[in-house]
Amino acid sequence: NRNDKQYVGFATLPNQVHRKSVKKGFDFTLMVAGESGLGKSTLVNSLFLTDLYKDRKLLNAEERINQTVEITKHTVDIEEKGVKLKLTIVDTPGFGDAVNNNECWKPITDYIDQQFEQYFRDESGLNRKNILDNRVHCCLYFIPPFGHGLRPVDVEFMKALHEKVNIVPLISKADCLTPNEVKKLKDRVRDEIEHFGIKVYQFPECDSDEEEEFKQMDKELKECTPFAVIGSNTVVEARGQRVRGRLYPWGIVEVENQSHCDFVKLRNMLIRSHMHDLKDVTCDVHYENYRAHCIQEMTSKLAQDNRTDSPLPILPLPTPDVETERLIKMKDEEVQNNHH
Amino acid sequence: MQTIEHPLPCLSESDTQGIIKGRDLFGYVGIEAVLDQMRRKTMKAGFEFNIMVVGQSGLGKSTLVNTLFKSKVSRKSCTPNYEEKISKTVHLQSVSHIIEEKGVKMKLTVIDTPGFGDQINNENCWEPIVKYVNEQYEKYLKEELNVNRKRRIPDTRVHCCVYFLPATGHWLRPIDVEFMRRLGKIVSIVPVIAKADTLTLEERLEFKQRIRQDLQANGIRVYPQKEYDEDAEDRILNDKIRENIPFAVVGTDKEHQVNGNKVLGRKTKWGIIEVENVAHCEFALLRDLLIRSHLQDLKDVTHNIHYETYRVKRLNESNANGLALSPLTLENGTLEKSDAESHL
Repeated sequence: NRNDKQYVGFATLPNQVHRKSVKKGFDFTLMVAGESGLGKSTLVNSLFLTDLYKDRKLLNAEERINQTVEITKHTVDIEEKGVKLKLTIVDTPGFGDAVNNNECWKPITDYIDQQFEQYFRDESGLNRKNILDNRVHCCLYFIPPFGHGLRPVDVEFMKALHEKVNIVPLISKADCLTPNEVKKLKDRVRDEIEHFGIKVYQFPECDSDEEEEFKQMDKELKECTPFAVIGSNTVVEARGQRVRGRLYPWGIVEVENQSHCDFVKLRNMLIRSHMHDLKDVTCDVHYENYRAHCIQEMTSKLAQDNRTDSPLPILPLPTPDVETERLIKMKDEEVQNNHH
Repeated sequence: MQTIEHPLPCLSESDTQGIIKGRDLFGYVGIEAVLDQMRRKTMKAGFEFNIMVVGQSGLGKSTLVNTLFKSKVSRKSCTPNYEEKISKTVHLQSVSHIIEEKGVKMKLTVIDTPGFGDQINNENCWEPIVKYVNEQYEKYLKEELNVNRKRRIPDTRVHCCVYFLPATGHWLRPIDVEFMRRLGKIVSIVPVIAKADTLTLEERLEFKQRIRQDLQANGIRVYPQKEYDEDAEDRILNDKIRENIPFAVVGTDKEHQVNGNKVLGRKTKWGIIEVENVAHCEFALLRDLLIRSHLQDLKDVTHNIHYETYRVKRLNESNANGLALSPLTLENGTLEKSDAESHL
């Protein structure tokens, strides 16, 4: 049979990869940023159907006056149908809350850079078996629904981060907007993003051989950004079903009702269709930018010091790994000896 | 004119205060008519009311003011080709309208504060506002001290400052504390939770509680201030208001059909938020407070308390520095001083 003869069998590769991935599991680091009170924690809980913040204490006004911007991490292992996801949520309490918010994004850009640096060191090290990838794969930025578009702090934040991380801007607490207001705000935000040259995360183009239905869905997704979201930690009864929602005297907002908000679109995009692409763009674009920039700086520094290129990258390490340091020193001496 | 020839009634023994009650009179004197005369005179003269709105861009200040007075009185509605842009500095703009209802004329001035709290660095963004409030007191004071002063001094003093808090559901933010602490000393502040249709009733109650705690912890006094309650009746009425502030409001100028009636509301996919329905939001309570019950009181507190405090301070300053505030001060220097002392 001719078909059997010509069949090599590597068509099973996707299945093999799939099986290995299931065994290995995935990891994903998601950052949430925005002022206090925009529903970030509630949305994260809604997205991943957990309660990551149950022990949280809200600061009162007096405590807030002395608050600085912090970076906090929550890690949780989620398993669904045998697939494991190690999810890390990076939170940014204090961002944008002070009277003077000059450069309030600096702790955040520093954090992202530190993760890149850590990965760079690990990648260049000698033992690369168990590299921990703490790089931030996606940053959900919460825009308040109260304004008329982007505020100065929104623009400055996104400009400081758009070349370091995938930014997905969201319109938060969208249940205080009528459908018309949502549309106006989205149009306005999209225009301003373009006007200020902010590079937010772009959904990849559909393959030309995809089904029409998929292409249509993809188009709708793109036209819907920025997503207007609502989150909820409580289950209410609506239309005879128990759903995640918010109960008001004038009606019930259902988080997963697509005519109420874009929560489902966000969840699908973030988890079900684009999680992998977000990781890829982080590795292939943002991290590579960082790495190239780093190496350039180092080589120009080395040239200044009048030394030949070292085979290993030498970094100004804040907390150097003893083993790596020793090896670098060894290699350095080798080079110097060869030079003489 | 008829002359009344009955002897004047003598004071009954049980009446130690010397007040002659109407029922004891043998005829109708017509004292009540004085009230009517006063009413007619003030109606002819009209009222002035100056309301300031403070808060970040987009919290619904203009919409709320329009909804309160059921007319397009905000800066937005009055500027042709108005564009929503965040201004780079805080500046104050005031717009005046004369509105009339049932023969009563009111000159309403809405003072807007664009740029407040909108920048990245909002340090001292309250200073232009403090300056404005004090400038109005100064203007009034100068008029009052004039030798030839107008019969009715034009009143541009801020009678009420509505401060808009975003509905975060958490606590007061540092900028809220800084603003209210400073302005609470010189003007009557009425804080409101803006765009409150994003809070469930439970969240609203918790938020209000936390805000009241924060206000107390920071020594901020908002209107109606406890120490200015004139009598027990006032206190009971005002206690009820104090238990409820800040009011959670929603504003709109659009009408929708609900159960066959036209109501002011916001239409969403999950229901219509009726602005004037107290089960939905507290707009009606705010309106009643500001307009229907306490409008005159707001003016009185401004005039009798905030303005007097300013006046005393200024006169003490000018006396201490030996500066002449006006010819009147120099002449009656001692009189003014003892007046000031008796006030303290």
